[in-house]
Amino acid sequence: MAKKSARDRMSNEVNAGSMADIAFLLLIFFLVTTTIDVDKGVLVKLPPWSEEPPEVEKMKTRNVYSVLVNAQNQLLVRGEPASVNNLRDNAKEFIMNPKKREDMAEKPTKAIISIKNDRGTSYETYLEVYNELKAAYNELRNEEAQRKYGKEFEYITREQQREIRARIPLVISEAEPTNFGEEN
Amino acid sequence: MGKFTKKRGKSTPAISTASLPDIIFMLLFFFMVVTVLRDSELKVNNNVPQATELTKLEKKSLVNYLYIGRPLKQYHATYGTKPRLQLGDKFADVTEIPLFLEKHRSSVPENQRPGINSSLRVDGKVTMGIVTDVKTELRKAGQLKVNYSAKPRAE
Repeated sequence: MAKKSARDRMSNEVNAGSMADIAFLLLIFFLVTTTIDVDKGVLVKLPPWSEEPPEVEKMKTRNVYSVLVNAQNQLLVRGEPASVNNLRDNAKEFIMNPKKREDMAEKPTKAIISIKNDRGTSYETYLEVYNELKAAYNELRNEEAQRKYGKEFEYITREQQREIRARIPLVISEAEPTNFGEEN
Repeated sequence: MGKFTKKRGKSTPAISTASLPDIIFMLLFFFMVVTVLRDSELKVNNNVPQATELTKLEKKSLVNYLYIGRPLKQYHATYGTKPRLQLGDKFADVTEIPLFLEKHRSSVPENQRPGINSSLRVDGKVTMGIVTDVKTELRKAGQLKVNYSAKPRAE
């Protein structure tokens, strides 16, 4: 009799002591395989494709900020050789035109930044230039938000963001690249 | 007064480890959820450049990845050293992009399709030629939201 009762007691509950070990094993597996790589990047919106060549729009030269990047990764900004380092500040000055100069944008809404590159331009340089120009716009929007609402651009309401976006629209136009320096 | 001291003095019970599995399971589920098993093996050199104006890609399921770079050394014999496009886990031609996009699009619920992003993971050393071709193909396919993948740069 005593024997039986002992067996009964044994089968009464499953030993859960090893549960933690099993869980640990799984945990370690997932810990090892996890790659929390947040994918970040420069967001762009491409223009829609159309078969017919785009209409030639006449624009005042003062409103266009042309940036050319050649196959040697050299910059030509508004007809003059330039470097990436002061591209951001120059672009900001061009867009806002604080001194009301004759050769810069009439107002931010009319400013157009145009990038043109060769097929041989390195992607690194291209992205750097694009990044600088986007940074110029982001900084301007931030300054505007700071001035009007006392907060950074990303912390103001949607409505306010839309308003600032309308005042400083991001216009970066990309021309078809020229066929120079294609590598093989 | 006496009551309190009596109770405390009586026993110091061992800390129960019964809830340990639960805690571990909680951690386990957390890692299971955040884990992204890499579905495509890289066959091209892919060292993305650095940038500062970064946007985070929120929903992984709404992103398709296009890799561009020079083939890795073991593929030089078959694919050459010219920069190539990789879709999924194989080398592809730019003309295969529409099909690739369509495949991904059909896996996304209809109401979320406008939010689909293309992540261009381009090696910094590649020239713009192939990137332009890919961009043109994306425009033709109507995939206009593009994200140039980049690493954050400390300023």
